[in-house]
Amino acid sequence: MSNFFNIIFSVDFGYAVLRVTTPILFAAMGALISDKAGVINIALEGMMLIAALTGVIVSALAQSAGLGLLAAVIMGALVGMLLAYFALNLKTDVILAAIAINLIAMGGTVFVLFVVGGDKGISSSLPSLVLPKVTIPLINKIPVLGSILSGHNILTYGAFLSVYLMYIFIYKTPLGLRIRAVGENPHAADSVGISVKKVQYIALTLSGALAGFGGAYMSMGYVSWFSKNMTAGRGFIALAAEAMGGATPQGAMATSLLFGFFDALSNSLQSLRIPAEFVQMIPYLATVIGLVIYAASKTRQIKRIQAQKERDAQL
Amino acid sequence: METAVFIIKGELLMQSELLSMNGITKVYPNGIVANESVDFSIRKGEIHALVGENGAGKSTLMKILFGLEHPEEGEIILNGEQIQISSPNAAIDHGIGMVHQHFMLVPSLTVAENMVLGSEPKKGLYVNLKKAVAETKELAEKYNLIVDPTAKIRDLPVGIKQKVEILKALYRGAEVLILDEPTAVLTPQETKELFEELHLLKDQGNTIIFISHKLHEIKELCDRLTIMRNGKSQGVFNVSDVSEADISRLMVGRDVILKVEKEDADPGDVILDVDKLTVINDFGKQAVNDISFSVRKGEILGVAGVEGNGQGELVEIITGLKQIHFGDVRICGNNIKPLSIKEIRNLGTCHIPEDRMTYGVAESLDIEQNLLADKHDSPEYTGKFLTKPKVIRENSLKLIEEYKIKCGSPLQEVKMLSGGNIQKVVVAREFSSSPQLIIADQPTRGIDVGATEFIRKRLVELRDQGSAVLLVSADLNEVMELSDSLIVMYGGEITAYIKDTKSLNEEELGLYMLGINRQSPEEIGRAIHV
Ligand SMILES: Nc1ncnc2c1ncn2[C@@H]1O[C@H](COP(=O)(O)OP(=O)(O)OP(=O)(O)O)[C@@H](O)[C@H]1O
Ligand SMILES: [Mg+2]
Repeated sequence: MSNFFNIIFSVDFGYAVLRVTTPILFAAMGALISDKAGVINIALEGMMLIAALTGVIVSALAQSAGLGLLAAVIMGALVGMLLAYFALNLKTDVILAAIAINLIAMGGTVFVLFVVGGDKGISSSLPSLVLPKVTIPLINKIPVLGSILSGHNILTYGAFLSVYLMYIFIYKTPLGLRIRAVGENPHAADSVGISVKKVQYIALTLSGALAGFGGAYMSMGYVSWFSKNMTAGRGFIALAAEAMGGATPQGAMATSLLFGFFDALSNSLQSLRIPAEFVQMIPYLATVIGLVIYAASKTRQIKRIQAQKERDAQL
Repeated sequence: METAVFIIKGELLMQSELLSMNGITKVYPNGIVANESVDFSIRKGEIHALVGENGAGKSTLMKILFGLEHPEEGEIILNGEQIQISSPNAAIDHGIGMVHQHFMLVPSLTVAENMVLGSEPKKGLYVNLKKAVAETKELAEKYNLIVDPTAKIRDLPVGIKQKVEILKALYRGAEVLILDEPTAVLTPQETKELFEELHLLKDQGNTIIFISHKLHEIKELCDRLTIMRNGKSQGVFNVSDVSEADISRLMVGRDVILKVEKEDADPGDVILDVDKLTVINDFGKQAVNDISFSVRKGEILGVAGVEGNGQGELVEIITGLKQIHFGDVRICGNNIKPLSIKEIRNLGTCHIPEDRMTYGVAESLDIEQNLLADKHDSPEYTGKFLTKPKVIRENSLKLIEEYKIKCGSPLQEVKMLSGGNIQKVVVAREFSSSPQLIIADQPTRGIDVGATEFIRKRLVELRDQGSAVLLVSADLNEVMELSDSLIVMYGGEITAYIKDTKSLNEEELGLYMLGINRQSPEEIGRAIHV
């Protein structure tokens, strides 16, 4: 047991939490913006996977990590647009279209990986690059906290910055106002001349771009290669984080950190003698428990009033 | 010389028409001709009523004017020039604004945010909220439509929401305002206030098109009216030249008697018994607060109140749409707490829901399937294995005929019907099951005078045959005309029980509805019978 606490209260663990939170946080922001516009994007998982592979291939070919990132983000945005095209122009169900994208991404990335890299499992034959780590001056001097906060991949800072930007975007800008209006009452938006379709297109494209950042981080920061199904459900965890966070940027960040915590925990616990399969289950179990707690908190209010009533009756 | 004068007169006449729609024909993709060479025109500064039966084509004509539908034939002339209205944006650019029957507001945004939505004032990259609030305030004062710009829409009562809708149109520079049944949900006081505001708008040079099924409002408010019937215009009249009876005759093609002839009720045993019921709504608020009353066989108990004072939740509980948390509801002596909706219906309950599109019909199914929805499994319509198509068809044809549902065939999809005709489908189905208890929630909302007359008569007939009726209606005339006794709800509580509705006047009722007056607990307790 003391081993366990040694792990949790170590500097390395704190650092790891931020590291594993990054992709979830990007994807959660992607989930948030599409949710606000009333077209929930459950293709985040597939988009991240596609973007992760794109980043590896382009950075290897161009020998530039920056171009790799750019390509990954553009690819994510394009897949977002594709989903919008299916859902908004061709009127397919947005959930079904997203499932299709997820399935295509699963198989398609392996296929492309094989064609380009000659291997069906991992991209080790490709000389891909990683994005730089950043040491923050001054902060890195602070004991303990410095080692937790400084020295992360540039995208980790980007992810937390995106929470702030998302907040400003959604609550302060005209487009943000329109996105919220479209998500809540599309008829109202329509009646004042806002094009619902255009707004939802923009939201899904941005959602794809954010998933693109998350995907690029997976293969060019978190690790330095692409491997089959490397996102491992993070796109779905992000959806849960967004919903549990009450569909606000701050809330989604808090719940993303929670999931990041459990993810990091599962990584660390592998060093103890706990079966790996059990440990790998933890983040997902946390998702389920999180959702249960979320649902329970909604019924608590009724219980409280019930108790109040009973007390009144006794008097 | 004479001809010259004539021409000048003619020109003057032409000039006074601000906007005219000429020869408008609209055929929907399913072949229904909603408008057939309709001529419609309005003069600057008038309040012009548009009336007609359900499905006459009023909404269609106005949707064309607001750019939501596009006509097959016809032209629109504004200030002497032909214009094309391809979208709501184009309509707004031409100074045409529409207040839809169902509010087009975003509940979680503030009044000011709703006002500027789509044409936001900017400060750098941001929305300039300060300016939005200031502009809202200024406009509200100018037209005497007092609202708090920083309040969230979801916290506002319907009367205020309506003001926001009107302000929204004015903010976009509307000079021609289309109002689609704006008074359907207002109290008499609120309606009076609205009329004053509309008069003020008119005095400032705006032009108003007013759709309503309530003819006395048209007499009171409007200058001229256009009557539509079966997609065609029946002509334009000065309101002062025609009586209410004339209008309904022109609309329906026969005399309409809205005054319901009914004998005094002869109440029997208690059918519905609501006992200390408290309901907590989805936001954790107590929507219904400890109320008790009963409805007896052979009586109509009205529930009056401004919308959103707990009536909706009360109906949801009685019909089983919502789970009971506190208190009891008994129907014919059976506690309904453990019962499913189907079981509650099997006790002889029928329900005309307030929101017909959500709870009343399956909009993408046809009329026949909707009419059968509650009795598809009865042996009358279904044999051992298969349904009996012939009996089913007979039943639907009979109901369509009896309730005058305007449609192409029983196989027409319900969503292609006009608002009022959808309501008739619901009423036809619910009334045809010889019910013990009728929960009628806004049964005639959006229904024309002819059909209203019919439904009210039916309700009284069913009462005389021994049904117990709980009638919820925002239409004061209706509750007062139809109910034998009546309870008033305000803030989730019963503020008054009126044993004999005939003894009540509208003003008094309005004061109970706004919570200004309230009876003593003993008086309210008379609503409980044993
Ligand atoms: N989208 C649609 N597709 C096909 N037919 C339609 C559609 N909308 C309306 N109709 C038909 O056009 C006719 C006119 O409908 P409209 O809604 O204009 O009537 P209305 O006068 O507004 O009636 P109400 O008073 O009941 O609202 C009706 O017969 C209706 O069935
Ligand atoms: Mg209509």
